[in-house]
Amino acid sequence: MTWTWFHRLGSPPYVYALAARLTPWFAWPAALLIIGGLWGGLVLAPPDYQQGDGFRIIYVHAPSAWMSLMVYTTMAVAAAVGLIWRIKVAHAVAASCAPIGASFTFAALVTGALWGEPMWGTYWEWDPRLTSELILLFLYLGYMGLRAGLEDTQRADRASAVLAVVGVVNVPIIHYSVTWWNSLHQAPSVMRLAKPTMAASMLVPLLLMLLGFTLFFGAVLLVRLRGEVLNRERSASWIREIVNA
Amino acid sequence: MSGYGSPAAGVVAQAAPLARQATVWAGSHQAPLLDAARLALARDLQLAFRKRGQLVQPLAFFAMVTMLFPLAISPELARLREIAPGVLWAGALLASLLALEFLFRDDAYDGTLEQYALSGQSLTWLIFAKTAAHWLLTGLPLALMAPLAALSLGVSDAAVPGIVASVAVGSVALSLIGSIGAALTLGIKRSGALLSLLTLPLSLPVLIFGARATQLAISGGPLLAPLELLAALAVLGVTLAPLAAAAAVRISLE
Amino acid sequence: MPDERLDVESLHLWRGDRHVLRGVCFSLASGECLQVTGPNGSGKTSLLRTVCGLMYPEAGRVLWEGRDVRSDLRTFHCALVYLGHEPPLKADLSARENLRYWIGVRHRVGAAALEDALERVGASPWCERLVRTLSAGQRRRVALAGLALSMVPLWLLDEPTTNLDTEGQQLVGSLIGEQLARGGMVLAAVHHELPATVRDLRRLELAA
Repeated sequence: MTWTWFHRLGSPPYVYALAARLTPWFAWPAALLIIGGLWGGLVLAPPDYQQGDGFRIIYVHAPSAWMSLMVYTTMAVAAAVGLIWRIKVAHAVAASCAPIGASFTFAALVTGALWGEPMWGTYWEWDPRLTSELILLFLYLGYMGLRAGLEDTQRADRASAVLAVVGVVNVPIIHYSVTWWNSLHQAPSVMRLAKPTMAASMLVPLLLMLLGFTLFFGAVLLVRLRGEVLNRERSASWIREIVNA
Repeated sequence: MSGYGSPAAGVVAQAAPLARQATVWAGSHQAPLLDAARLALARDLQLAFRKRGQLVQPLAFFAMVTMLFPLAISPELARLREIAPGVLWAGALLASLLALEFLFRDDAYDGTLEQYALSGQSLTWLIFAKTAAHWLLTGLPLALMAPLAALSLGVSDAAVPGIVASVAVGSVALSLIGSIGAALTLGIKRSGALLSLLTLPLSLPVLIFGARATQLAISGGPLLAPLELLAALAVLGVTLAPLAAAAAVRISLE
Repeated sequence: MPDERLDVESLHLWRGDRHVLRGVCFSLASGECLQVTGPNGSGKTSLLRTVCGLMYPEAGRVLWEGRDVRSDLRTFHCALVYLGHEPPLKADLSARENLRYWIGVRHRVGAAALEDALERVGASPWCERLVRTLSAGQRRRVALAGLALSMVPLWLLDEPTTNLDTEGQQLVGSLIGEQLARGGMVLAAVHHELPATVRDLRRLELAA
């Protein structure tokens, strides 16, 4: 009976209630960590010896970029689970992930461009990371476009799941090829984004932000998941009971 | 074979003893998989040659895209030679995308895909056969035409073999990646823009390695490395893309 | 060799918010024909597509020779032929070419058998013509030739008599009769009753 939890996770009313109960456990720590991380990053950490205060945007840029990939992976795993075991809730999770991931990707692109201005003197540089991030945004947009294009929810779920799995196989290939491409054309004077070493006073707030963003994603995912489940189960009797109660 | 109007009762009386014999369904010997795949390939080729006008369209499109650049940038061959790899590959990518929309659409519409899915044959192999036909009809002609476009951009004829090889290998990967997008967008009206949105990001590695191979072919450098990477992508595509496309086709039939 | 037998156990199918199949049960043994009737939208086509494994039911099972078909869909597909609303024909191929490709993907078809089947459905005079020039009834007859060539135990037919004249409907009747006589089985979704020549007919009525 070790699989009971797995089966219960396939039941929409259970997941709906569970998501409601779990949300504050993600939301509050996320808020605290992000506030702490921002305080540490924007106030406590010393200015960078090369970039001055400009480097502080890393406290938003790096976690966003990290999340954009993590959300895509989460989405693909959920989609694969839904595809293989035909669990509808897993598809609902994948569908809820996409707009969040696209927003993180967009945030990473915007902060990257803003950071580029002081660093490179231009808002857009065909840097391998920014280019990969842009392609990732297109992958998200394609996923959401496919879902929007297919009217039948079941078909949309399953077709977009195939796309997510194909996408996750491709992400490393794309990243590798873009890095390879950039190494051919790059002028050697361009600074790298990541520093090999970082002072602890700079690093700790960054780690806080990373953890905070991850929990924030969890909280938003749970809220979106409840909406998604409500929408999918709108004609089910358990929803009528909740509404009437 | 008696008159159509004859009551079936007579047939029952004659044929009933057969019903218990194991040979009743002898006529239903499943065709070998390779025969089935070959037949699916031949069918698509024959159909394409019945509609020759459509075959020329991607090629004409490719020629036109190539023509845009001298007109938009400059007729100086020295400058065109520099951008030739990019022009060739962007053109090939768009031309192969243009033809993708027709890969499964008619077959979905007239029930052929349904019959393939229920044929008892591996749908993956039948889809692979269809994709192979698609490559023979668009990728290969594009590879043969690419040198013409390259020559018009001031590339020397020594680069021709390298260009043909890189476009031929790269277009295999493009057809395979495209087959996934084409299968996923089945049943969506006006799916052209969505198909590009799904397929182009996945095709970018092919573009990168292909353009690099072409660039090296033009400059006379060693192009084996990018060509091998292209081939690796094609092999990966051959092994994985038909699986994904077949899964997508099955989903479209649900 | 086990007896061919199809068992359908309480199929439930949802399409979005619609509960299309609500616990459909039946079994079909060698030599039996089941005629599925019901008004438009009652799920006749969905039932056929679910039985052959194209659609995935929310609950219930389809058993072939006592085994769940989901465990080995390929073997099950080798044993059935499904004829949908529209004959699966290409407009730009001739009737004969269509038949050769369509059936040839499934199993080996000799040239003689092909001609026999075309002759049988009265298609010989026009089997060289492109399908786009044929009438709806003639296309349906080409589809019937495919059926005549399919020596498989289970036939799933969706409105097999659509667009056919009286003689064509008799033809459907005698093809089904032969299939039953061989010990095969037929599951047919119909609007109009199957021709009276089909004996041992059982009926399944789906409610709207």
